[in-house]
Amino acid sequence: MPDATGLELLAQELSEIEPGAIVDTTFFREKGTLHAAPGSIRVILNALRERGYASLRSVHGLDYYPDEPRLGVHYELLDMVKVDRLTEALRVSIEDPEIDSVTPDGDDGPGWPTADHQEREVYDMFGVVFRGHPDLRRILMPEDYEGHPQRRDFPTGGEPVIFTYNEKRFDGGGS
Amino acid sequence: MEVNREPIDPRTLRARRLSSHQLLRGSVIEGPNIPAEHEDLTDEEDLQRHVEERVLTTTLDKAVSWARGNSLYPCTFGLACCAIEMMSVVASRVDIARFGFEAFRASPRQADLLILSGRVSIKMAPVVRRIYDQMLEPKWAISMGACCSSMGVFNNYAIVPSDKFMPIDVHVPGCPPRPEALMHGILKLRSMVQEDPTMGWRERYDAVGTEENLPSELPVVHHSVGRPGEGNGA
Amino acid sequence: MSETTAGLSEYRRQEESITYSVLPGEPSQDDRQSELLTINFGPHHPATHGVLRLLVTLQGEVVLDIKPIIGYVHTGIEKTAETKSYWKVIPVVERMDYLAYYFNALAYIGAVETLLEVDVPPRAQYLRVIHLELNRIMSHLVWLGTSALDLGAISMFWFCFREREKILDLFEQSSGQRMHTRYFQVGGVFEDIPVGFAAKLREFLDDMPTRADQYGDMLNKNEIVLQRLRGTGTLDAKTLDAYGVTGPLLRAAGVPWDLRKAAPYCSYDHFDFKIPIGTDGDNYDRYAVRLAEIYESVKIIDQALEGLPEGPTITTDRKVALPPRHELATSMEALIHHFKLVTEGFRVPPGEVYYPIEGPRGELGCFVRSDGSSKPARVHMRDPSFVNLQAFAAMSRGSYIADMIATLAMLDPILGGIDR
Repeated sequence: MPDATGLELLAQELSEIEPGAIVDTTFFREKGTLHAAPGSIRVILNALRERGYASLRSVHGLDYYPDEPRLGVHYELLDMVKVDRLTEALRVSIEDPEIDSVTPDGDDGPGWPTADHQEREVYDMFGVVFRGHPDLRRILMPEDYEGHPQRRDFPTGGEPVIFTYNEKRFDGGGS
Repeated sequence: MEVNREPIDPRTLRARRLSSHQLLRGSVIEGPNIPAEHEDLTDEEDLQRHVEERVLTTTLDKAVSWARGNSLYPCTFGLACCAIEMMSVVASRVDIARFGFEAFRASPRQADLLILSGRVSIKMAPVVRRIYDQMLEPKWAISMGACCSSMGVFNNYAIVPSDKFMPIDVHVPGCPPRPEALMHGILKLRSMVQEDPTMGWRERYDAVGTEENLPSELPVVHHSVGRPGEGNGA
Repeated sequence: MSETTAGLSEYRRQEESITYSVLPGEPSQDDRQSELLTINFGPHHPATHGVLRLLVTLQGEVVLDIKPIIGYVHTGIEKTAETKSYWKVIPVVERMDYLAYYFNALAYIGAVETLLEVDVPPRAQYLRVIHLELNRIMSHLVWLGTSALDLGAISMFWFCFREREKILDLFEQSSGQRMHTRYFQVGGVFEDIPVGFAAKLREFLDDMPTRADQYGDMLNKNEIVLQRLRGTGTLDAKTLDAYGVTGPLLRAAGVPWDLRKAAPYCSYDHFDFKIPIGTDGDNYDRYAVRLAEIYESVKIIDQALEGLPEGPTITTDRKVALPPRHELATSMEALIHHFKLVTEGFRVPPGEVYYPIEGPRGELGCFVRSDGSSKPARVHMRDPSFVNLQAFAAMSRGSYIADMIATLAMLDPILGGIDR
C-alpha cells in the first residue's frame, strides 16, 4: 500500500495533471483512497495506470443515505508488480447520477474491459448511469424491473413468515 | 411280498385333487401324499390358500402406481447450493440409484419429478413454471431446501417461495438439507405416488378449472425457411 | 446466380430460390455465407454450471459471439446483509459462492476485523487455514467431477464426490454442518476442533494425494481429454488481466499471481507451498493447474496441522466475541457483554474497507462500509466468477460449440457468486 505520504504525493501529481480532479484523500487502516471528481474519472484511472496501477479489480457502488451526494462508486486498483492497492472513490448525487464509463476505449486511452458487467451491476442496483457504456442494461434484475434495489430507501421486501398463530391474517397468501 | 397296484381312474375326484396339488406345488412327493396340515381342507380352500401364498393379486391402478413410484425420472434442476447436495444424493454415499431414480433427464418432457433445489429468484420463477408446464402428466415436484419452501435465509425482494407459482408435493427443509434428508423426502414422495393414483396435479390439489392464461396476442413470427407447406420441396 | 444454376438439377435449382434471413422478419441476404444462428443456451441446461443463460451466435458450429445473461439466482444477499447485525451477516454471505463458503465468510470477516482492528489468535488462524484449504480441495473436486461429466468422463463424478464426502465429514465434525457451516466468526473460529478431528484429518491427508494421482492417471494423458482441452479456449495473459480475470485462469496463462503469496493474510506466510502455473493458457493448463493446486493444499494443511499452536480459538476481546460459558456464572461483566452481543451485536467504528483473499476461483474481495452502528451500511462481495465470466466470450470466439462447453467447464463459474 502506498503509505500516507506517498498517497499525498500521488494526489498532488494527479492534481497537477488535471486540476480539481482529486477532491480528497483518506488513509484508513493502511490503505489509501483518492476521492475524485466525477467528471475526471477516466483521466485519473489512466494516469494511475501509467504509474503502475494496471489492474482494475472491482467497481462497486454504494448509497451514502442520508449524506449527500448519495451515490458513490468505488474503483479498486491493484499494482501487481509492487503489490499495492488503491481505491478511487467518487460521489454523485441522486438527481444527476451520470458518470463516464471506463469500459470503452476512448481518445484518452484504452478502456478497462473488466468494468463492463460491474458497471451494469452498479446501474442496476443504484441507478448510476454510465455514459458511453457499450450495453447499459439491467444485469441481475429482470429487464423490466422498476426501481434500484440496493438504494437505502428501497424496501428489503420479502414475504411475511406464516405461522399457525398468524396464518388467518394472511389468508389467501402463501400456499 | 405282494404289492397291489391299482391304476387310479383319472376321473375320480381324488385323482383330480392330487394332480392339481402336484401341478401347483411342483411337489416332489408323488402319489397320494397330502401334507398333514392341508388334509382337512376342501379343494377350493386349499387352492385358494395356495394361490395366496404364491400369486399377487391387485388392482391395475395399484400396480401401475407401484411401478410409477419406483421409476421416477427426476429433472436436472439445480439452482443453487441445494443442487450440490442433490448431486451428493446421486453420488455413492447416499445412492439414489438404489431406488431406481438415477436417470436424471435433462429434458422436462422426459421427466416426471422436478426437484427444485435452491433459491428461486424473480427472474427464474417464470422459467421454472414453464419447465413444470412442459412436463407431462403425472408429475410431481419436491421443493428442496428452505429457500424455495419458505423464503429461507433471505427474506427479500429477490426471492419467490415456490408455493406461489407451482404446486409442490413435498417440502424438504434444511439449508441445505442433508442428502439423507432429501432421500427421506423423495421416499415420502414415492409412497405418496404409490398410494394415490390420481393423475394430474389439478385433481390432486383440487384445482380443476384453473387453466393457463396465455396472452391473446402472441407475436407472430414468419420464417422464410422450413415452414411446413411452404418452400419448394427442399 | 444464373451462372451457377446452369447445369444443375431441378432440385438444386429449387434450393437456390429459398431465401435465408438473419433474423425472422428481416429482409434476407442472398449471400448464404452470412447465415448466423443465435441460439439460447437457456437457464435450464445440463451443461451450464447452474442457471446461466447464454445467447450464442453461431455460424454453422463455430461460435462467433456469446452474450451471457445472468441474474437467475439473484438473491439480494448484499441488501439482506444491510438489515442484519454484523455476525448475523456471516451465514447470509456464506451462501453466495456456494462451493467456497469458508472463503466468503473469511473475506467478510477479514473486512470486519480490519475495521474493528481486533487480533485473531494464532490457533484460530491455523484452524482457519486448515478449513480454507479443505474447502479449496472440495471446490476443486466438485469442479473436476462436474467438468469431467461435461466432457463425457462420467465416472469421475463419483470418484470426486467420494472424496468430497470425506471432507464434508470433517466439516461436520468440526462445526456440525456439512455446508455453510458458520464456523468462522469475527475474531477467530466458533469452537475448537474436537478430539478425533486431527486423526481423521491425518487419514484424509495420507489418502488424498494417492487419489489425486489416480484422477491424474485417468485424465492427464487421456486421448479425449487432450483433444478437447489442448489448445482450446486460449487467451493470453494481458487480455485476461484487462478483463480482470484472476485465480487459476490467470495462473494457467503463466502469471504467478496468488494472493496467498503476494499479500499473505491469515498466516499463510508461515507455510511453504508452491503455486502451480501453466504455460499456454488453454483449457488443459487450467485443468492441470487446478489439479496441482489440490496437492499444494494438502501440503498446506499438513503443515498447519503439524504446527497447530495452543491458545484461544477466538479473540479475547469481549466486546467482539462471546465470553466462554463458564464465565457467565461468575462474572457480571461477562454476562453484560454476552447480553449486548447477542441482542444488539458489536458496533464497528465507521469506515470503508476492501479485503481481498484468494478463493478457489480467483480474487474474492469483500467491501464493507460501516457507519458506526451495529449493522453494516454496505456489504459488497467482489466475486471472482462474476468478473471471470466477462472473458468467456473472448475465450470462445472462433471455437466450436463443444469447445465452448469445455471452456465453460474450465472457467468454473459458480452462479451463486455471479448473481449474489
